[in-house]
This record gives sequence, structure tokens and C-alpha cells, in this order.
Amino acid sequence: MSVPQLLVHDRRDNVGVVVVEGVEAGDELLCVVTEDNSDFRITAKHDVPIGHKIALSDLANGDTAIKYGEDIGKFVADISKGEHVHTHNLKTKRW
Amino acid sequence: MSSEMTFNGYRRENGRVGVRNYVAILPVDDISNAACEAVANNIKGTIALPHAYGRLQFGEDLELHFRTMIGTGSNPNIAACVVIGIEPDWTQQIVDGIAKTGKRVVGFSIEQHGDIETIATASRTAKTFVHETSGWQREECSYSDLWVAAKCGESDTTTGLASCPAVGNMYDKWIPGGIYGCFGETTEITGAEHICAARAATPEVGEKFMRTWQAYQDEVVEPYKTSDLSDSQPTKGNIAGGLTTIEEKALGNLEKIGKQVSYIDVLEPAEAPEQGPGLYFMDTSSAAAECNTIQAAAGFVVHCFPTGQGNIIGNPIMPVIKITGNPRTVRTMGEHIDVDVSGVVRREMTIPEAGDALIDMILQTANGRLTAAEALGHKEFVMTKLYRSA
Repeated sequence: MSVPQLLVHDRRDNVGVVVVEGVEAGDELLCVVTEDNSDFRITAKHDVPIGHKIALSDLANGDTAIKYGEDIGKFVADISKGEHVHTHNLKTKRW
Repeated sequence: MSSEMTFNGYRRENGRVGVRNYVAILPVDDISNAACEAVANNIKGTIALPHAYGRLQFGEDLELHFRTMIGTGSNPNIAACVVIGIEPDWTQQIVDGIAKTGKRVVGFSIEQHGDIETIATASRTAKTFVHETSGWQREECSYSDLWVAAKCGESDTTTGLASCPAVGNMYDKWIPGGIYGCFGETTEITGAEHICAARAATPEVGEKFMRTWQAYQDEVVEPYKTSDLSDSQPTKGNIAGGLTTIEEKALGNLEKIGKQVSYIDVLEPAEAPEQGPGLYFMDTSSAAAECNTIQAAAGFVVHCFPTGQGNIIGNPIMPVIKITGNPRTVRTMGEHIDVDVSGVVRREMTIPEAGDALIDMILQTANGRLTAAEALGHKEFVMTKLYRSA
């Protein structure tokens, strides 16, 4: 298999992690789900640094972010598939 | 797979096995640091362990200080120990605690003697200890004699994908074989506390974990927080690495305990495990130097430290093995990394292969290979303090 540019922990996740340097807006990324090695493609809508997340589907303000198949917080903006997800549009539900 | 795995270590008087053979010069209190450092400067082959506390502490905080001092001196990586304090009573309490291991330990107090006389006297003892212990030979030991602690730092999204699962895989392979393991970072479990509670060996241990976790929320986070803690948990480094929320950080952190093993008890800070071989949760800060220091004080002799963005932590008495799955960190600060598992994110390396690479490095380290942190001189030794001194 080619080297993936984005990894997803669990099939239920709605965000994935960029694992290569230099991803730019418009790049089509090879995405792999680590739990079952299934793959798909997604187009990045922003330049996204290594380690940062990308939305895997269109998501609404107030939706729960899912990673590892678990709740990692709430979106605080509407986000479209392929957008950069980070502190500007995702917040903790704790403290 | 692991039953024949061995390393050459130092078998101590109490049966424990060390992977280093230090003569430690241990200050009881902050004002005795200068004397300890002078002794360590006089006598080659010794190591001073300066720290910031030990005066006017009381209650549970003082108990933790004594537990950390006695536990550090008792660690099997220390062959012999010179203890120096300002006054004789607390000094002797620490000497007596360390002496229970059967190792060589002598205390000196500075009051009514002054630094110069104390340094001279303590230096003679330290020199004797160096001569008596530096020729000791390593002997073959089973991997199951190892006590291996873990804590991650400067985490990012790759730690949850690669380096923490590598540690978890090591525990899944080695805990059933009889090693002692330890994880902690109480606040950093926030967001995954329900998952952590479910990984306890019994409901009672799970309830003990939840009480410990809740106490940190009630006694530390709630009274003192001025915001949603998003500047501290996750840290700026975590955020730079792509971690957004504490929940996300916690889930990655917990990958360190693998898929199969469960923890058998919940320890107080610096408390030595007493339930036999197995995995333990310890109530610790998530700050690397504090956590590692009390894990070493609990008796752990090797440390596995997954990092994403590149934490550079070391410890003076316990070798700290760095593991990263972040290819940029390997490229930009590879001198700090002992085990490169970035192949996991390229799908060139499986998690079990990453676990095996870590196991190989633990055995090399236990045999005497210096870790990156040891070679670079990292000796962070930091007390955990529970509240202000009297």
C-alpha cells in the first residue's frame, strides 16, 4: 500500500489525523482506518500541518467530535468535509 | 515469546534488580544541596540529587517528601547512598528508611558542624562506597525482574497512533510474564476516566481510581483554575502538535496501557506497589519531571516515555527511553529519540513490531546502554508538593 497521508483510528470517527508534512489545500489524501486497514480519499480544504485533524464529513456547530470511536469534544462552528479541525472550531466538554 | 529474554543487572540485598549502579548523594532538604554537590564533585563515581524542598513541610505533604526521599535512596539503581540534611532527626529518619533495603547508607547533618566539615566527612564515606560498589558485577536476570514505568509528554496525535500503543503492546506482552508496570497522570485521564475505570482488575480498584481522579478535580482543578485549562491541558506543545482537547489527549495517553492488561491497584504518589507483579496506576501530576521522579521513588528502574513533539526529559537514577512516532520529530530532534516508531504512521510497521522494538531497547538499556537523555545529561529530579509549607 502507498504511504497514507491521513490516519483514522475507528470507523465511527468524524475526524482524521494528517501524518505527513506539507499537506496543502486541494491535495487529495490517501486515508487509512487503522482498525481495519480500509482506505478512502479526501480532499484537504486547507494547508494542514502534520498531526492536525481534518473533518471527514460535513459537521454542524454543536455536534460531537468522534475520535478513537469516543467523544473528544464539541464543534463550535459549522465545518465542511476536508476542513482543518482544531482549537478554532473544536472545544472540550470538560472543565 | 518473552520467556527466554534476559539482561544483565545488579541483584540487590533485598532481591530487587537494578540496571544502574549509582552511589547517590541525597539531600534531605534544599539547603543541603550545596554540601551534596560538593561531595559529588570531590568523589568521582557519585551523583548528587539536588531538589527544591524539605523544610517546614507538614502532614501529608511531609509524608510524601519522606516517601520520595526514602524511595529514591531505596531504588535498586542505587548501590549505596550518602544522605545529608541540615539537622539530624529528619536525616536519620531517611537513613533508617533506606537502610531497610539492606544497602549501604550513612547520614550526615550540617548543624554544629558546618558545610566544610560535613563535606569532608561525607566525602570520605562516599569514597569508601565507590570503592566497595564500583566493582560489582552484573548478573543474568530475567526480564520479569524489571519494574518498567511509563508516562508520555509533549504528546501529539502521533503518540496516540504509534508511540503510546507501542508501550501498551510492551505491557500486554510483559505484564503477564511478571514485570511491574506503572502509569499515572491523574488530570490527563480526564475525558477517558470511564475507560480507565473499566480497565481496573476489580470494581473496587476501579472505584479507588475514580475517587483519586475526582479528588484531583475537586481539590486541585476546581479551586485554582482561572479558565477552562485549555492553555495547560492540553499544553501549547500539544496544541502545536494537533491535539485540541483534553478528551483527545486522554484517549491517546491511555493507549499506553495496551489492550489486554488491567491494573491491580491505585498508588499514592511515590508509594511502592505491594500487590505483587502487575500494572499499577499512580496518582501523579502530568508534568514529566514530577511524575518520573515519584515513579522512580516507588522503585521503578526503567522508564518508557512516548513523545510526539519532542519532550527531552530525563531522570538522574532511572533511565528514560524516548519513543516517537512523529517523523518530523525524528528529523528535527532525533538526538533525543531512542526508539523511532514513525514507521507505524507510514503503515510500514505494525504496533506489535513497534512493541518489539521497544522491548529490545528496554533490554539494551537494562544491560547498560545509555539512553539519549542519559547521554545528553538530563537529570530532572523534581519533588511533588501537595500544598504550601508551614
